[in-house]
This record gives sequence, structure tokens and C-alpha cells, in this order.
Amino acid sequence: MSEASVIHDIGYQRYEGPRLGRGAVFNSLYVHGLRAAYGFGRSAKAKIFPWLVFGIVSLVAVILAAVRAQTGLLPLNYIQFADAMSWLIIFFVAIVAPELVSRDMRAGVLPLYFSRPLRAADYVGAKVAAMVTAVWALLAVPQFIMFLGAAFTAKHGMSDVWKELGDLLPAWGYSLLWALLFTSIGLLIASLTGKRAFAAGGIVAVFLMTTPVVGVLSILRSTDAQELAGLASPMTLVSGVGQWLVPDANTGLFIGRFGPVYLIEAITLIAGCLLLLLARYRKVASL
Amino acid sequence: MTQGLTKTYGGRVTALDNLTVDVEPGIVGLVGANGAGKSTFIKIMLGLIAPTSGTVRVFDLDPTVQPDQVRNRVGYMPEHDALPPDVSAAEFVTHLGRISGLPRTAARERASEALRHVGLYEERYRQIGGYSTGMKQRVKLAQALVHDPDLLLLDEPTNGLDPAGRDAMLALVHRIGTEFGISVVTCSHLLGEVEQICDSLVAIEGGKLLRADRISNMTEVSDVLAVEVSEGTQELADALEKLDLPVRVDGRVLLVPLEREDTYDRILRAVADLDLPLHRLDQRRHRVAELFAPREKADV
Repeated sequence: MSEASVIHDIGYQRYEGPRLGRGAVFNSLYVHGLRAAYGFGRSAKAKIFPWLVFGIVSLVAVILAAVRAQTGLLPLNYIQFADAMSWLIIFFVAIVAPELVSRDMRAGVLPLYFSRPLRAADYVGAKVAAMVTAVWALLAVPQFIMFLGAAFTAKHGMSDVWKELGDLLPAWGYSLLWALLFTSIGLLIASLTGKRAFAAGGIVAVFLMTTPVVGVLSILRSTDAQELAGLASPMTLVSGVGQWLVPDANTGLFIGRFGPVYLIEAITLIAGCLLLLLARYRKVASL
Repeated sequence: MTQGLTKTYGGRVTALDNLTVDVEPGIVGLVGANGAGKSTFIKIMLGLIAPTSGTVRVFDLDPTVQPDQVRNRVGYMPEHDALPPDVSAAEFVTHLGRISGLPRTAARERASEALRHVGLYEERYRQIGGYSTGMKQRVKLAQALVHDPDLLLLDEPTNGLDPAGRDAMLALVHRIGTEFGISVVTCSHLLGEVEQICDSLVAIEGGKLLRADRISNMTEVSDVLAVEVSEGTQELADALEKLDLPVRVDGRVLLVPLEREDTYDRILRAVADLDLPLHRLDQRRHRVAELFAPREKADV
């Protein structure tokens, strides 16, 4: 205390410069969240897990690209790649969501935010946008690596590259769906607790516990039940939507004629989680 | 600044009860026991919660209607811990400056400056987790200053500080109010603290206004002389009474109102005449606490 007690006597300067509006504030909170997701501006410890996951996912992509270049075989297409990485995505979400949300709650920073011209909707919006970008990048960058690998080893010049791009773009959209769904669920769970470990555990638990439900449903005798089984878990839900929208993705999930049901559930789930998240912060903001 | 303010929680708990108070610019002390409604009052001024009835005006703005404009001009220092441990103070205050709408470079400059004003310039790149309570309080004050507000709302700024830290914090608040040209509302449950630095006082109890006035009005006619002698207190009291001085015995101390210019001399002479060992003779300003509790000190 005492060593900090020296108050330097220099005059106070009033600030006459511009004050930016809500858009700029939203943007700076978004960038801050995106940086925090990958541990920038944090200690080295905070960088380990996000970059470990990112490294593994990228490594897999590099290997896939190399295998394809050498042998011409395609072990996983772009969409199958995203599905195959699902557990790593969950791991990533379980680390990043508490980092973005629980941390503020734990440290009690929220009153400092909400005593500024920042609405609950801005806060939630910026955090969701930051995390969607972070999760999307986790899939999209490796997918792009795979694309580059394919493009540089293309045998028939530009036409192959265009065809490859035609595969990549829907896959990027598919990754966005992954990001949206997993972000909204992850942030909602993380916003309920200030304890990072609880939040991470809760997120993993939700995804972990829904998987066996799909397994049980998919061995029922009714074909309808088998085809609807994927609805029970967020992971198979995303796969189902992908299977319906990109039929040659071969996700290995049989959805029959229920494709629209998958899409509707995915959208409802995302919207519902985001609304709950907003409601949660409306309440927290007034505390 | 506020009028007829009532805030009830859940229809049962009344935090503020028909509070009407008008505060002038300057340093205002908001005093009341724990649970008197100080924090509720501040939150309503920030537009964080809406009053159940009544209106609030902050700089002629209604925080329930224009919260952004109000919050742009107000800095808030909360009572509780509000700092993440794993970032440096400079980084954190810069970030909050940007959330207040400052451009990137301006936020960085003003964060350094705010931290320098609170006396944390050297330590600003250290992580907040390693700070002492006093330093954390200073960071909280710096983040309230970073966007150059016209009004600071400080909720228990001396909470958890040792006496030296307390004095330093109070001096800092006083400096902000007088030299920086920023109005301050500082709330505390310790009257003795705020009366040292405030221009005016607002006392609330159970959500009701107890008294609001300028400190100078409250202490104007209340100077007393405290006389303490090592022995013969009663003799001296009798002697002073014979001199038509209204003496009041307060333990071992005699309190004499300083009504006339020669009161001082007359007391000294009385002590000398009785040949008593004078221990102490000093002028004591009435503590504002006594004004807030007129029932107990009605005889003054």
C-alpha cells in the first residue's frame, strides 16, 4: 500500500476528443472477446488449451491434405472432417465459453460494463459473435488448409479448383452452423455460473449425456425413430442438417425425409438459447 | 437531482421511501447505515434499475429514458470486487475506456493518466491479481475516471482499507472533487470519513431522507472548547459556571461553547486561578454525527 501512496502532482486533463457510439463499443468488445478466446492478452497458460486444440485440428487437416496429394484418396471430406472433429470442438467450447462469460461473472466485472453505455443485448451479441467466429475459425481454417492442399495438387487445372471451392463453401456454412449451435448452448451454460470448472464440466456433460440417447434411439425397431434419433444430441443434429442440405456429404446419419425437422430444431435451439442468454443478462445487468 | 423517489423490491422490501433530494455540484457525501438504500440510490441514478415511482434527473437527463447519455457522463465505482485477476491494470482500464466509447489510442492514454492520478503509474503493467486491497480500490477508481466523467459515483471507496489507505483514498477523492472539476457522490456508512472531505451531506435512513445540507451550514455555530485537567475537573466546572459559562461535563472533558471572543481567555484564567494542571484545551468542531442524532445531544 504505502509504496503506491505517492500521488504525482500533475494537472488533470479533461477529455475533449470524440466519444464513439454503441457500434464501436460493440466492435471493441467483440474483438476483445475474440482475442480472449485464443488467449491473446492473457497469460501464457490461457493460450495452451485453445492453441492445443487448434494445433491438433490443423495437424489433422494437413495430414488429410498430404494423404490426398500422395495417394489421391479422400479419407474425409470437408463435412465429415467437421463431424470427426466434434469432440475437439466440444473441448474448445468448454474452454472458451467460460473464458468469455464465467470469468466476467466471477470477477464481478459486469457492474463496470453495465454502468457504461452498453446494453445487455450488446454484451450478449458481442460475446456470441466473438465465440461464433472463434469456433468457426477452428473448423474453417483447417478446411481451408485441406482446400489449399487439394487446389495445389489439382490434376485438371482451374476446373478442379472451382469444383473444390464448390465443396468448400457449403462446408464453411456447415461449420458456421456448428459454431452457432455450440456457441449458444455453451454460452448459456457458462452464463449460469461464475466457476469456470463448473461451466466447463456442465458443457461437456450436456454433450456427453445426449450422445447415448441417440445411440439408444437409433437401435429402436421403428425406422422413424431411427431417423429421428439424431435430434436428441446437438452433434447428430448438426450432422442431420448437413446431410439434408448436402446429400453427398455422407455423414453416416440416416435422416430419411426428416431433414426439415432437423433444420427447424437446430434453428429453434439456437434462437431459444440466445433468448435465454439475453434474458439472463437483462437480469444480471440490473443487479 | 432526484425527486419523490420510491423503490420497492418485490412489493415487500422498500429500499427507498419517497426520497426527495436536490444535490448541488461538488463533493456530496451520501451517508447511511448498511441497508439504508445508498446503493439502490446509486443504481437508480445509473439507470440500472428503474424506480417504482418518482423521477430522477441527473444533469437534467432521466436515466430511465436516456441511460446512455447519463452513463457517458458518469463514472461508477462499485462497492464489491470488480476486477479480473489475470490482466494488468493498464490493459483492463484501457478496455473499459473503450467500452465507454473512447477510440483506441485515447483509451490507452487516458488509462495511463487515470492510473497515474490514482498513484498506480509504476505498477500498471502488473497483473491485478497481485495487487493489495488498496491498489485494487485505486484501479476501481481509475476505471471510473478513464472516460472523463462529470460525475463520479463512489460506493464505499474506503471499504477494506487500513487507516493510511483510507486517508490516501479520501485525499484522492477530495482532489478529484476540487481540482479535477468533477462532481463526486461518495457513499459511506462512516460519517467521520465523508465529513472530512465533502461539501454537502445527504443522510438517509431506512430509505427516508434524514437530512441534506451543506457541511458548512451544519457546523457553523457549533464550535466548542474542550478543556481537560488532570485533576479538579469538578472544581473547574463549578468555577466556570460561576462565570456564566454553560459548561457540560463529558467524561473527563469539559465542553464549553465558544460563544464570545474572550471565552478562551476566561477559561485559561479560571484554570490558572484554581492552579489546576491543564492537560488540554482545544477547539473542537462539532462532529456532524451529533447533528444527525439531535435527541441525544439536545442540550448542546
